Amino acid sequence: MILRKIIILYFLLFTCLQSKEVKIDLIEIYKNLRCLVCQGQSVADSNSDFASTIKLVVEDQVKEGKTKEEIYDFLISKYGEWIVYQPSLNKNNFLLWFLPYLILVFGGLIIFFIIRKSKHNKAN
Amino acid sequence: MKNKFSKIIIFGFVISFLSIFWLGLKKDNSYNTKDLIGGKITNFQLRSIYNSDLITEENLKKNQFTLINFFASWCAPCRLEHKYLVKLVNQKKNIKILGINFKDKKNNAKTFLNELGDPYYFVAEDTDGKASILFGIYGIPESILIDKELTVIKKIIGPIDQEKLEEIFRLIK
Repeated sequence: MILRKIIILYFLLFTCLQSKEVKIDLIEIYKNLRCLVCQGQSVADSNSDFASTIKLVVEDQVKEGKTKEEIYDFLISKYGEWIVYQPSLNKNNFLLWFLPYLILVFGGLIIFFIIRKSKHNKAN
Repeated sequence: MKNKFSKIIIFGFVISFLSIFWLGLKKDNSYNTKDLIGGKITNFQLRSIYNSDLITEENLKKNQFTLINFFASWCAPCRLEHKYLVKLVNQKKNIKILGINFKDKKNNAKTFLNELGDPYYFVAEDTDGKASILFGIYGIPESILIDKELTVIKKIIGPIDQEKLEEIFRLIK
């Protein structure tokens, strides 16, 4: 009897944890999708008809076991790159990805030379 | 000399940043479908609103051109465009229209077609709207013109009017 209760409890807990995991993934995906009807809002924030349909489709695809990338690729093939907030790296936007690092390195070099110069001046 | 070099570097950076911001401001940030032209319509299976018949992409390959039209009886602009769809099938024999009834009740759709005429060679149902995502639709009315290789030639957002009808005529000539 006790063993049965433990098994039921285990399954309930397992199902609960699993559904929570799916929900977290879904919200993360919705937040990265742009609502095309109400631009400026993500699918997660929007209550539009379009957003609710996208949510249904994404939910289906997550249940089918598709990865986030596969879902994004599918939606990009249907609506273009515009549907996702986080763009993928390509020749048109490589600067967007690498410019912050370049600036960081460049800034670091400037600071390094300024410090070295001031030390050199002090020594003299 | 060193000072001049630093000034040139700083000036170069300022100009580069201003150019990036200027290009960003000039860029059109509204959704458009120009990147979708040339793509393929694949992997769909839809059921008729009249019976259990199914339509797939294989059926569309038999048509020289197909216009996939999303409509609903509750959509006012769909009523406005409907006469142009009737005109299209009456004037051109090389095109067939696949109607996809979007988030609608079957009986209302049937009444709509009885009242305004039925230009569709197949009317499919999309009760929950999920099929619309397969076609990259985000509002209705919306139409997609494809050829027999199922390549998207034109995507029309909003109702078809005389001007858009003439454009379709030109494209399927």
